[in-house]
Amino acid sequence: MNCTEARALEPFYDDGALDAATAAAYDAHLRGCATCRAGHAEALAFGQVLKRDLQRYRAPLELRTGIRTLVAPARGAANLRYLARGWNPVALAASLALSVALSSTLTAEYVAAPNDSRVVEDVVSSHVRSLMGDHLIDVASSDRHTVRPWFLGKVDAAPPAVDLAAAGFPLIGGRLDYVDRRPCAVLVYRRDKHIINLMVWTNESGEPEGTEAYTRQGYNLLRFAQGDLTFWAISDLERGELADFVRRFEIATAASPS
Amino acid sequence: MAIAFLGGFSRSHGAQRTGTASVDETKARRFEELVLPHLDSAYNLARWLTRSDADAQDVVQEACLRAFKYFDGFDGQYANAWLLKIVRNTCFTWIKANRPAAEAMAWEDRAEEVEADAASIELNAAGLGRSPEAVLAEKQDARRLNILLAELPPSYREVLILREMEDMSYREIADIVGVPIGTVMSRLARGRQSLQAAWHRSEHGSRP
Repeated sequence: MNCTEARALEPFYDDGALDAATAAAYDAHLRGCATCRAGHAEALAFGQVLKRDLQRYRAPLELRTGIRTLVAPARGAANLRYLARGWNPVALAASLALSVALSSTLTAEYVAAPNDSRVVEDVVSSHVRSLMGDHLIDVASSDRHTVRPWFLGKVDAAPPAVDLAAAGFPLIGGRLDYVDRRPCAVLVYRRDKHIINLMVWTNESGEPEGTEAYTRQGYNLLRFAQGDLTFWAISDLERGELADFVRRFEIATAASPS
Repeated sequence: MAIAFLGGFSRSHGAQRTGTASVDETKARRFEELVLPHLDSAYNLARWLTRSDADAQDVVQEACLRAFKYFDGFDGQYANAWLLKIVRNTCFTWIKANRPAAEAMAWEDRAEEVEADAASIELNAAGLGRSPEAVLAEKQDARRLNILLAELPPSYREVLILREMEDMSYREIADIVGVPIGTVMSRLARGRQSLQAAWHRSEHGSRP
């Protein structure tokens, strides 16, 4: 491999897109060529600059709500059309059958205890607030020995702060917030450029066990419990990725003494 | 008799409304669940391609309406890439309709651009109304880098955004942009190299 070929392959090497044989040939060339080694190091450093400094824009809140209302009133428009058409026994029977069939799936996924819905709204509001202004983080640190003690005396439950950077979810800090009529601790994690807020409080009797998933305003939420603590994870990550985060958090906190 | 009939009429309407509402509601909810989590990605792409907050909002809104319209035919796989493809095409259409011909041309002459050597890609400072001197004077590294990327020709800019910020695979990018994978790879390589070169030039310029 000569220098021209090596230079052409460099970006794909960094992306892990070369097959093993080509990557080995590239390695071999680099070992023998100081110029290409330097070029490679420079490209790697620039890759870090890109990861760190490129600005990822977030959808403004009014756009998010605007699209939700654009999508939702489709229901109203459809109804008007059917009303104008008048009464049709066949269509009526069909739609009744359909609504019965749908209601069972809807119940499983969307209907939660009325008490829960306020918590869900609060969690979403806290998440949105944290992204809008400067109040994402009160204590910025990836060190659990900094983040956890910071909460002591401020909230009733100091959360088990674990850094999940190795799993691709670095801890970036913590803050205090007010959710469900009580102050709560929030751990802030990141997945690439996506923020995950993890809210924690001491659970009260009557809070359900197990994990529950919700989707609100385009955010995914997962509620889970651990000992006497209740957790709410919320993010714009896909549900599967958020579940992966929760799984890793549970494993890490179970392994480390809090 | 008439009253009884009317009563039956309105009751049955109530039932019918519930039925149709459920269908549309399910669609709206499924859309919210599958597509809206990717709204930040959609906005980020549109914002980088239009280079304007207001225009990006218009484009994303239009793209979401299109997505909702075609949502019934969507198989539910890779919602992120599916939405970004619609956003990308909406941007393209929007820029052709609303921007000066020169900017639309930059999107059209893609074939020639790919043939161009990385060294010959020149930053299009005029597009943002900034002189090269103004870019060089920008002392803050992060801001300077973002200005340089915004001025990269669109066909290079879009693949860099999809790769570096949205972590899309080459295959997904090829699908979103509508070009072969080989083209994606060469655009990525050349885009990165020319951005890196411009970055180093500006670095030396800003620190005499």
